[in-house]
Amino acid sequence: MAKEHSYTINFGPQHPAAHGVLRLLITLEGETVQSIDPHIGLLHRGTEKLMEHKTYLQSGGYFDRFCYVSMMANEHAYVMALEKMLAIKVPERAEYIRVLFAEITRLMNHLIWLGAYGLDLGAMSVFLYCFRDRDDLLAMYEAASGARMHANYFRVGGVWRDLPHTMPKYQSSSWKSKKKLADLNADRQGSLLDFIESFIERFPGRIDDYETLLTDNRIWKQRTQGVGVVSKERAMSLGFTGHMLRSTGVAWDLRKTQPYSVYDKLTFDVPVGVNGDCYDRYIIRIAEMRESVKIMKQCVDWLREHPGPILADAPKVVPPSRDHMKDNMEAMIHHFKLHTEGFSLPRGEVYSAVEHPKGEFGVYIVSDGANMPYRIKVRAAGFPHLAAISELCKGHLLADVVTILSSLDIVLGEVDR
Amino acid sequence: MNIADELRELGQGIVSESLGQVSLQISAEEVLSVAKSLKTNPAIKMNMLLDLCGVDYLYYGVESWQTEGACHQSYCRARAEPLSENSVWTGARFQVVCHLLSITHNQRMRLKVDLDDSVSMPSLSGVWPSSVWYEREAFDLFGIQFKQHPDLRRILTDYGFVGFPMRKDFPLVGRVEMRYDSQSAQCVYDPVSIEYQSHVPRMIRNDHRYVDVGEESGERA
Repeated sequence: MAKEHSYTINFGPQHPAAHGVLRLLITLEGETVQSIDPHIGLLHRGTEKLMEHKTYLQSGGYFDRFCYVSMMANEHAYVMALEKMLAIKVPERAEYIRVLFAEITRLMNHLIWLGAYGLDLGAMSVFLYCFRDRDDLLAMYEAASGARMHANYFRVGGVWRDLPHTMPKYQSSSWKSKKKLADLNADRQGSLLDFIESFIERFPGRIDDYETLLTDNRIWKQRTQGVGVVSKERAMSLGFTGHMLRSTGVAWDLRKTQPYSVYDKLTFDVPVGVNGDCYDRYIIRIAEMRESVKIMKQCVDWLREHPGPILADAPKVVPPSRDHMKDNMEAMIHHFKLHTEGFSLPRGEVYSAVEHPKGEFGVYIVSDGANMPYRIKVRAAGFPHLAAISELCKGHLLADVVTILSSLDIVLGEVDR
Repeated sequence: MNIADELRELGQGIVSESLGQVSLQISAEEVLSVAKSLKTNPAIKMNMLLDLCGVDYLYYGVESWQTEGACHQSYCRARAEPLSENSVWTGARFQVVCHLLSITHNQRMRLKVDLDDSVSMPSLSGVWPSSVWYEREAFDLFGIQFKQHPDLRRILTDYGFVGFPMRKDFPLVGRVEMRYDSQSAQCVYDPVSIEYQSHVPRMIRNDHRYVDVGEESGERA
């Protein structure tokens, strides 16, 4: 009988550790990975093509659905591209609200990642703790935008509306005792900013809890240290950004190196790794969460002191307020035109990028002067990371594939588009 | 010396700058040598290829709803089909656009490659390995051939997909639809049963609403 040297197994597309609909064809020799051929596109919805047939305002909602765990970070890149093209100056208050929500989004992304990472490696409880804390962040989304996930909150020229003065509260029901209800509503008595502030106060302690569970955990270290190592030079040539690049020791964070919005007015640090392995990626993201909390605190303090407009004064692009529309003919016309035809971009092209929680998220728009993009390309952060999985996993055991895949933090919504 | 001057010094292609973003436009023949010098030239040193995508300029500047010259014709301003001969694009139909980043100099640039009728160019995977998947994507969606590519297969579309969906002459509703056929007990493909409906017509405004924004605005033929 001929001796089999290697064999191929199918991982996904319906596998809980595949982080969505990802199919991996893994060639193994024994339990050692020889190569991996990822088959993506099972979530390909042709969003870029669809956006070529929609006005710019209509396309905003698609951006929530790229990386559907960091919605507002995607929107940020899109509205920045349009504003660059239209030369619109965003009011400072809107910039601070955007940065505040960009950091809330970063925490949301990192929490869901940390939970899933732990779960993939067998740490069930960290998943539950992460989702408990993420729910507060979803409540912030909901209070500001009306939607827990697909917010469509960042608009060209600012944000959809100002931060609310009250937080929505839990209603009484037969399965909530009075005490339970009072506990749930305890930090929802004030405004959204009060709610965020109370979160900022308790969250560093929660990060300590996660660290107690994982950072010095012997099993965790054995599973992640020295796994999926990538060198500095190789990370650059593979197009890695975000935590994948920083884990190799390159202090590259667009918020610092090419500051956008009001990041240059805020103080925070960029954590970098040393070894470029899965453990460093974990440590970096824990540190990033602490930095995000610092940024959020600065934004909350600033926003308390500085009321002001949250949308740019650009009537040809920004739809008028409801009140204004009712008693102003010009505003009425603008409202009608903007919600039927939409606004047109000047002819030209633009690329805008943000430091998305997963890396660099970029939007490239080619406009021929029409009310819809001629071509729009989304540079998803996870795409080059997933492309390198074969190289990262080569020589590791089958169980490490899950570790490495998890540490990349991919979301198929943005990889497949 | 800024990046645009460095690129001019290279002496290849056309350097342009708009909205503070530098572009270098070259032909497919010179792309490999230019890419190599962009990566190795110490004054430019583009260490990373962040993005690569195709662009199809077939209907560039074509509107489905006439905004000018319509008043003295009739009320019928809509066009059912875009007409490619109305395109104002004079360059090559297909372009490959790469976004490059130099971490060393903290600079970005755009590399635009004009493709000739063969719709092919040499693969950049030897210079920037990150381009492997991006080129597969451009091949899948636009049908652009990348020569010497290590693994040029479709990537995003379905197994057995026919056509290049991001090309402008590929309909938005697609060409086939899939259903499960209980008689033959398998999935079968039929021609699409739906028609494309445009709810918002594509229209081009040249009314100088955004004057002095973007250097090329207001140049419409």
